[in-house]
Amino acid sequence: MEKQTYTIGLAGNPNCGKTTMFNALTGGHQRVGNWPGVTVEKKIGKVTAGDIEIDVVDLPGTYSLTSYADDERAARNFLIDDKPAVVIDVLNADSLERNLYLAIQMMELGVPLVLALNMMDEVRKNGKEINVGLLAQLMDSPTVETVARSGIGKRELINEAIRVAQAKNGKAEPLRISYGPDLDPVLDEMELNISKARLLSDKGPARWVGIKYLEGDASIRRQGRERNESVSRVLEAMVENVSRHLKATLGATPDAIIADYRYGFLAGIAKQVVSYTRTNASRIALSDRMDRVLTQQVLGPLIMAATIYLIYVLTFTVGKIPMDWMQTGFTWLGKTVEAAMPEGMLRSLLVSGIIAGVGGVLGFVPLIMIMFFLLSALEDSGYVARMAYMVDRIFRIFGLHGVSVLPLIVSGGIAGGCAVPGVMATRTLRNPKEKLATVLAAPLMACGAKVPVFLMLAAAFFPGEEAKVMSIVTLCGWIAALFVAKLLRSTLIKGESTPFVMELPPYRMPTLRGLCIHTWERSWQYVRKAGTVILCISILVWAAMTFPALSEDQAKPFEDRIAAIQVQAGNARANLEETEATPAEKAEKLGDFNANAGKAQAEAKTTGDAVEVTDPTAEALKTVEAEKSEASLRNSLAGRAGAVLESVMSPAGFNWRVNIALLGGFAAKEVIVATLATAYSLGEIDTKAAAPLSETLAQDKSFPKAAAVALIAFVLLYAPCMVTVVTMAKEVGWRWATFAVGFNTVLAYMVAVVIFQAARFMG
Amino acid sequence: MNSCITLRSAQVDQRLRICSIGAQGELGRRIRDMGLIPGAEITVVGKAPLRDPVALRLRDFTLTLRNSEADHIVVEPAER
Repeated sequence: MEKQTYTIGLAGNPNCGKTTMFNALTGGHQRVGNWPGVTVEKKIGKVTAGDIEIDVVDLPGTYSLTSYADDERAARNFLIDDKPAVVIDVLNADSLERNLYLAIQMMELGVPLVLALNMMDEVRKNGKEINVGLLAQLMDSPTVETVARSGIGKRELINEAIRVAQAKNGKAEPLRISYGPDLDPVLDEMELNISKARLLSDKGPARWVGIKYLEGDASIRRQGRERNESVSRVLEAMVENVSRHLKATLGATPDAIIADYRYGFLAGIAKQVVSYTRTNASRIALSDRMDRVLTQQVLGPLIMAATIYLIYVLTFTVGKIPMDWMQTGFTWLGKTVEAAMPEGMLRSLLVSGIIAGVGGVLGFVPLIMIMFFLLSALEDSGYVARMAYMVDRIFRIFGLHGVSVLPLIVSGGIAGGCAVPGVMATRTLRNPKEKLATVLAAPLMACGAKVPVFLMLAAAFFPGEEAKVMSIVTLCGWIAALFVAKLLRSTLIKGESTPFVMELPPYRMPTLRGLCIHTWERSWQYVRKAGTVILCISILVWAAMTFPALSEDQAKPFEDRIAAIQVQAGNARANLEETEATPAEKAEKLGDFNANAGKAQAEAKTTGDAVEVTDPTAEALKTVEAEKSEASLRNSLAGRAGAVLESVMSPAGFNWRVNIALLGGFAAKEVIVATLATAYSLGEIDTKAAAPLSETLAQDKSFPKAAAVALIAFVLLYAPCMVTVVTMAKEVGWRWATFAVGFNTVLAYMVAVVIFQAARFMG
Repeated sequence: MNSCITLRSAQVDQRLRICSIGAQGELGRRIRDMGLIPGAEITVVGKAPLRDPVALRLRDFTLTLRNSEADHIVVEPAER
């Protein structure tokens, strides 16, 4: 027997349990892509039942099938163009009427349906009963009771879907609803015209095309005109006529009448099918009572603030542990490779380029996983919708949507966040313009990687006031993000705000399985997508900071000094071993040796004075090595760029050393402190203990306090790190990601220059 | 029909019936998609901290609306 393959769609309203059902059906065997032309996520999963293979396509959760929004268009185009063999419509049985509204639109399109009457457990708990047999009969579609959370009914659902797919194979008799005495005659006439001209007959049934004309559907009208201009004109004139008539008599538009009659049709069905076994009073749901507290005018915002704070504490205290493991692991790997390989370009590439770069990215993974786990829990519980509800009024002022609050908080609304999960969290925003504005605003927040820079500068120039500086910087992050959102929303991404017509789903306990799948999905995408691009960029950054290498002539002075120190140390040791000396003599010799080495060190450089005197030879060597690093960094492409940039950046008070560090910061903000340390010849230092760098900076005459403040502003605002840029590109496309790099850098530059010049002017 | 008011001016916990919906285009469609059509019974169950948006309870579910959107919805008190 040959294998049969069917494509079936999984449709449903938002919050109907569709995603849970998709996971239950496909068991996590899924691949994620994008719907053509839009950035709405498309998930496809595989189910095998005997000889039959089924591709389950998860349609975006929508309330209807118009062409106003990307997600609805994506769903509709799939139904029209891909012609699935059957569509499973997941219904939240607890609000049956509204959920069937999508079902009848698909039935008008002639799509064979199987209805999954989901959340039947909640229905019973709420004191309702649904006559499933009667519903199936009235809707003329097989209907299966399901509870997606526990997988109840999924086997039966698949079997029904296969049965319908085999019987109908994508074609069902379209549903015909009466749209009343005003519209029915017109619609009949339009239907006749359409079927005679076979207008858009490949898209849908003639009556459906007529309904779309009546609804004023822009996309169908455009396509109709392209196919057959004259027939389309006739149809539009008929719509025009009936609209005028309706306006005069009922004061309504055709699409309003159509919605009324659809709901009327469904109310009739619901009345017959749903029975309330308990009185209304006892049905006041627990969820409504919880909302009385959780969205209360004073308590609500307080609880929200506490919740956000708790997520932070959890993410960054718990996440720090595996993150440290990862970092230790990569450091160890780097050291091991360094020890195992001979010195040379290949080793440098592997250690400084690939391991450090990719390690930097993978180091975020534990943090992202924990953050996503907690956020998924918050989303699945229904609380995020309430957060959006509470802050919408404020965010609307800045052209954002209530739902934008979550991404902004994650990105660093409390210092220490990360723009990568923040940008990814913008997926919950349905309006592309508001999503774009949020994506572009998110990287301006004070993310965790910028914090070491702020702390280091604060320690150098505002000792004792670090906490104050951090609070101000975090606040400035918010101001910058909201300001940029407002600016963009009133210029480049102008547009109406989306209506806040949003469901507040009842509070639900999230399932562990669901949370794990969400967390895994998002984390894996991050690792895979970011990993590939970032590998390339890491290598580029490494190359820019390595090539061209110091020429032999340039390197010679350093080599000579290293050799000299080694010879001296060797002599001293030889002296020591030569004589079988008493301990006292030995100590004396040792003193000698130390003095010698100390001399060498003093000769080498003066910065590293405060070092311990335990092993002066090593210290002296380190100092020379550090100087050599500085020289080769300065000589490299990045160094030369830094020097060239000096003329551009000096109005902001930045010298070439700062410029290189900032260039490195394009790759990852963590790099800034480390690069700055190399540029100031301090050798490798621990990012967390940047004290020597603070001291050096504080003493650097060419780097005044005004420049420090300008640098703080610049680091806060300038181009997002490459991980963020890649993530942004995935969410809103490379054009906008590139735009963010340019725009943020220009903004940062202007702010930094203004700060530096103003500070200098005022003395 | 002089008992009709816009939804914005409705009190919390007042039982209401929708008289008419003035919104058109995408907003009108989104409102209707949710089952807010003439004749539907609704109750304002809460207002956000800044008194905007509002939360509405339909028979089977709760949804939110901004005041500027509620302006398009004309309601009257529902008799018990």
